Amino acid sequence: METKNFKRVMVWEMPVRFFHWINVLSVVVLTVTGFIIANPPALHSSAEATNLHLFGVVRFIHFGAAYIFFFNMILRIYWSFVGNQFASWRAFWPFSKKMWNNFWHVLKIDIMLLNEDHPDVKNISIGHNSVAAFSYLALFVIALISIFTGFALYADTSSWWLPKLFSWVTPMFGGDFMVRTIHHIAMWGFILFTLVHVYLVFYHDWLDGRGEVSSMFGGYKFVRDDRMKKTSKTKKKKK
Amino acid sequence: MSTNNEKRDTYYESIIKQGYSRRDFMKFSTYMAAFMGLESTMVGQVAQSLEKTPRLPVIWEHYQECTCCSESFIRSNHPIVADIILDRISLDYSLTLMAASGHQAEAAKAETMKKYHGEYILCVEGSIPLGDDGNYCCIAGKSAKETFLEAAAGAKAIIAWGSCASNGCVQAAKPNPTEATPIHKIVKNKPIIRVPGCPPIGEVMAGVIMHVVAFGRLPKLDRLGRPQAFYGKRVHDTCYRRPYYDAGLFAETFDDENSKKGYCLYKLGCKGPMTYNACGSMKWNNGVSFPIQSGHGCIGCSEEDFWDNGPFYERTTKVPGFAVESNADTVGKVAAGVLAGGIALHSIGANISKRKELMDRINRGKTNEKNIDS
Repeated sequence: METKNFKRVMVWEMPVRFFHWINVLSVVVLTVTGFIIANPPALHSSAEATNLHLFGVVRFIHFGAAYIFFFNMILRIYWSFVGNQFASWRAFWPFSKKMWNNFWHVLKIDIMLLNEDHPDVKNISIGHNSVAAFSYLALFVIALISIFTGFALYADTSSWWLPKLFSWVTPMFGGDFMVRTIHHIAMWGFILFTLVHVYLVFYHDWLDGRGEVSSMFGGYKFVRDDRMKKTSKTKKKKK
Repeated sequence: MSTNNEKRDTYYESIIKQGYSRRDFMKFSTYMAAFMGLESTMVGQVAQSLEKTPRLPVIWEHYQECTCCSESFIRSNHPIVADIILDRISLDYSLTLMAASGHQAEAAKAETMKKYHGEYILCVEGSIPLGDDGNYCCIAGKSAKETFLEAAAGAKAIIAWGSCASNGCVQAAKPNPTEATPIHKIVKNKPIIRVPGCPPIGEVMAGVIMHVVAFGRLPKLDRLGRPQAFYGKRVHDTCYRRPYYDAGLFAETFDDENSKKGYCLYKLGCKGPMTYNACGSMKWNNGVSFPIQSGHGCIGCSEEDFWDNGPFYERTTKVPGFAVESNADTVGKVAAGVLAGGIALHSIGANISKRKELMDRINRGKTNEKNIDS
């Protein structure tokens, strides 16, 4: 049996990879500190409060990570207008026939685990597939909820205009109680997303063999030769 | 600000008539300016305003409530407050405090409302039941809703005293059998000051009403219609136990060593971090103490739906739409558990269903490994 030929393709550009890992780091830090803030561990210390600032530090880390998370997200949105086709906002746009065809195909093959007799090479997504695009849209919505509720809770203790921009959110929900609950639930959204996301990355790495896991480090994925354009330009490059 | 001032004394005149000295008056003005959260340079303006402004008629209505707002109000810490507002402000109608009763009282109210139409201040204590055609609360043969709409029509401004009038409070807790409704949901076309709390702090009430009568306009309100001077900060941000919070020193139970040391009550369900009020700075009973100082967490009485926001002695808040005792963490843990189980099954299923494809690839890879040259 013949092994297929693959071409190395730069799928995830450097800014996308940086965004991804900064996002991972800030979400992990935010979640861990968030859990500590919601239910602080018992501290066995005989020191005076004057000499301790542990909880203040935890909160500071939470707020610092929140700013990193926020600005990182803004840079990613910028990159969705200037980056390559896989980073573009168009790759997340859910209202095209092509997108929906791919969506049902992925549901059938990767979620329901059915097999095709004659797989079409065009059905293999090079960047993320349509179902993944939906999960990222959902994550984006959850991130927005976290940002709006988080900054709303933070606004009153800040004197900067940026968090103050969100101070209208609290009155919309009647007070901090509901805002805090929503913020807490949104965090669980990140946890559930991460479970599914990491699993599916492993799944695709194992079942597709195209470097799914490593692509977020090096940026390359492997695309079958028969999908590449046979133009003179590419031929020249081959040499 | 008034056209009917021929017969009415100014605040200053009525205070002097009460036997207070000018010095007392100036002290009172200073107190009031401080309560209103004004700068010290504004004291003169407060005094001047009280000297010139004729007393404003106030109608104080009681609906579904416990009168704790009135009780708090008459204990606000400067004696002139009680005198000026209760005797001198011409509190023309208040079920608890007026001398008149029965038809006389109702007649006095009707007269004030007619004579000072568009000028009087309407203070409302209590929520208004809309269920069963408003029959759950009737005064002098009329339903609360009817009385309120009548009084609101000619009011210059409305002050919603306490959580009942501002948020509905305990009467509006689920399932709210009487359909108790805060007043801002009934009247939309009048300026309304919401002064939540169960009860609000007496000095806050005095500060709010003095601002309205002394300056003839509403104090600066936040987005929820609360006076910003008193409801601009969380109890948590003005709490004297805050350093323990920042240090991470918490009382674990009400009878432990930490609690005795006065550590932060955060883990015992203190709602201070979510509650906007002036308890931490103004305190209660002439500045003697406030709940947290007495060793009990804040229950968030000035926040919307505080009865329905979950247990008083736990940090958790209820997740809407789920069973009574579930909080965000319970829901999240169950969801994560179910998801993890699903993922495990899916991964097994994937390896079984796609075994042919997998074996092919593995064999090809092994063949290639054997063919490595060099």
